[in-house]
Amino acid sequence: MPSFWLVIVLIALALAGFVLGRKRALATAGGDMKQLHSLPAYYGHHVAFSALVPALAVLAIWSLVQPSLIENRVSDMVPASFVEEGHTIDLILTDVRRLADGLDAAVAQGALSEAQAADLDAGTTDIRALLGDLGVALGADVQPEILAAAQSYRGLSDTASTAKAAVVILLALLGFGFAYQRTHKDFRARNVVERGVMALLIVAASLAILTTVGIVFSMLFESLNFFGLHSWRDFFFGGTWAPNFRGDSDLSILPLLWGTLYISLIALLVAVPIGLFAAIYLSEYASAPVRSFAKPLLEILAGIPTIVYGLFALLTVGPMLVTIFGKGDDGVLGVEWMSGATSVLTAGLVMGIMLIPFVSSLSDDIINAVPQAMRDGSLGLGATRSETVRQVVLPAALPGIVGAVLLAASRAIGETMIVVMGAGAIAKFSANPLESMTTITTRIVSQLTGDTDFASPETLVAFALGLTLFVLTLGLNVLALYIVRTYREQYD
Amino acid sequence: MNQITALDKTVQTNKTKISARNVNVHYGDSHAIKDVNVEIEDNTVTAFIGPSGCGKSTFLRCLNRMNDTIDICRVTGDIQIDGENIYDPRVDPVQLRAKVGMVFQKPNPFPKSIYDNVAYGPRIHGLAANKAELDEIVEKSLRRGAIWEEVKDRLDAPGTGLSGGQQQRLCIARAVATEPEVLLMDEPCSALDPIATAQIEELIDELRNSYSVVIVTHSMQQAARVSQKTAFFHLGNLVEFGATGQIFTNPEDPRTESYITGRIG
Ligand SMILES: Nc1ncnc2c1ncn2[C@@H]1O[C@H](COP(=O)(O)OP(=O)(O)OP(=O)(O)O)[C@@H](O)[C@H]1O
Ligand SMILES: [Mg+2]
Repeated sequence: MPSFWLVIVLIALALAGFVLGRKRALATAGGDMKQLHSLPAYYGHHVAFSALVPALAVLAIWSLVQPSLIENRVSDMVPASFVEEGHTIDLILTDVRRLADGLDAAVAQGALSEAQAADLDAGTTDIRALLGDLGVALGADVQPEILAAAQSYRGLSDTASTAKAAVVILLALLGFGFAYQRTHKDFRARNVVERGVMALLIVAASLAILTTVGIVFSMLFESLNFFGLHSWRDFFFGGTWAPNFRGDSDLSILPLLWGTLYISLIALLVAVPIGLFAAIYLSEYASAPVRSFAKPLLEILAGIPTIVYGLFALLTVGPMLVTIFGKGDDGVLGVEWMSGATSVLTAGLVMGIMLIPFVSSLSDDIINAVPQAMRDGSLGLGATRSETVRQVVLPAALPGIVGAVLLAASRAIGETMIVVMGAGAIAKFSANPLESMTTITTRIVSQLTGDTDFASPETLVAFALGLTLFVLTLGLNVLALYIVRTYREQYD
Repeated sequence: MNQITALDKTVQTNKTKISARNVNVHYGDSHAIKDVNVEIEDNTVTAFIGPSGCGKSTFLRCLNRMNDTIDICRVTGDIQIDGENIYDPRVDPVQLRAKVGMVFQKPNPFPKSIYDNVAYGPRIHGLAANKAELDEIVEKSLRRGAIWEEVKDRLDAPGTGLSGGQQQRLCIARAVATEPEVLLMDEPCSALDPIATAQIEELIDELRNSYSVVIVTHSMQQAARVSQKTAFFHLGNLVEFGATGQIFTNPEDPRTESYITGRIG
């Protein structure tokens, strides 16, 4: 039975459980609602949840695990000679799965009977043509071994699916029966439902956390693979980045880190003063109509996709900088300091523009959290607005603003699109902001795009870079959140 | 007993410091102050009394234009201090507030040290030529605020770490440190014990020698003890205004009488 129908059956069971549980509770109380411990609907919910939740959970887990278990079994049937040099068995297994699915589709559409499908012979029937007519494209002619594996795959999944349906429905009935039997006027259904709701919420929260942990672990394993192939000393302390796909590369993070930090610094130098001043204007000086108009406008700016900023860097800011600092005598300054549009300054400026709304809206929230009474106190003593801002509001908001700046820094460090398009591709240590440089994120992109081989250090280095980046931004975020939080407590 | 002390007070007439005519205040659509006329004299303590929500704080805030900071608040009418209309466009509200100090209903110390809280006004207005003078001003103000003994050993501690009553006195000290000509005090003793209250009342009496003081209070006894003039507000109207002794012993309006004898409020 397909999972879709299983879910429908479960929902039907739950609905029935709701009605019946409610009815039974009322019956035990002799139809008098006041005799019940909880409202009747709680008894209904109790039975419905007991039938639905455990069964659904098992269904979900089973459906996730089943394919890989079956593939494991089937992969033993594929002769080792089929696996080409340098490839994994995964490719073959994909073929097996496609073939099995194709046969299922053929049976479902009536092109083959169940018995015909089971008796197919790769030698006599052109399976590829047959399935091709049905819209299932196979990459190559079917070999007998593959066909056998596919048949076994079909058989195993058939059995597994039947077992799955049986177990899930049995579980739902058990839950239903147990909960129904417990339903009684003195049963504390309300408390049980409350605990159930809490459990559901905990599951949701843990799923979110587990995914993060999962991501970190997968990065960690690939990074460990990398450090097995490449010396960690060169990665952390080496001085050059020169990947070479024939092997023997210099893969050091330091030049990339330099580029990343340099660009982020320029971005912050642009974003923090402008963003902060904008926030101060909006929260302290602007009249209500201006604020209600300008604040959403700034927030729209925060919603522009970074690729658009990247285009802006490439097409507008870069060429503009070249006309100022480059082009020799044709340029504005008559100097020849800049050759191409991509540079640290280009990327930094555009990234700074991107961060302005981020900084200003965070700072605005923080400045607004400073109580009005504080401003009144200062204004009441005859201070001007700017004196009040400088001497009372900003000092009170300072820790929060520092937190906002750190959050902005962590966004700058992790930003990809703008630097891919605006910063350039040369890894080097240089203090000249008009030269093009590269960052950790751009190198991750370039190491993973194109024809990649996941067994070479040149590709795996991307994971080590990603993990370092993750640790860096995580550290900044934790620090920022800690500062912001301790600050919040001051006024709550 | 307090009514009797109030009776004994000699009422002398001083020159008018603040004169308010036909003052109306609206918060959006709600009419908070209705056609209030009042003359506040120099060297006099004027008490504003009335039930909660009747507009005492609102009217007080008109006198130093603190209502300007509330977007929806609209003040009309004519308020003159020393013969000058304070709502005239030529008047700088910042200058005005240096002259008309205010102690707020809720204590609002800055998140700075106790010393910096008190030194805030003198620093902004350049009242001290050097550190020694500033120290002197801070100490004198804290003494007048009846809090010197409690904080003299921890002037560097944050003002926000004090108790509610101590914060209230710190705010009083902060307000007197700027040497205003008029001091508006919104329930300055609401969180104070009887001893601190007595000290603040002494301060108010002392301030009267050089300034004009307006105090909002919910304590009839306090109004009777410290003030020479009393204004009774009710639902945004100024019901009765006159010599304190007169108001407390022989009120003209039945609403005033009900309030001071405890029947409305
Ligand atoms: N910021 C404001 N926005 C809107 N309405 C306000 C505001 N401040 C005061 N009001 C309204 O104005 C009226 C008078 O308030 P006000 O604070 O002046 O009363 P009060 O006499 O000082 O009362 P209390 O003795 O409780 O301090 C009230 O009805 C109040 O709801
Ligand atoms: Mg008030």
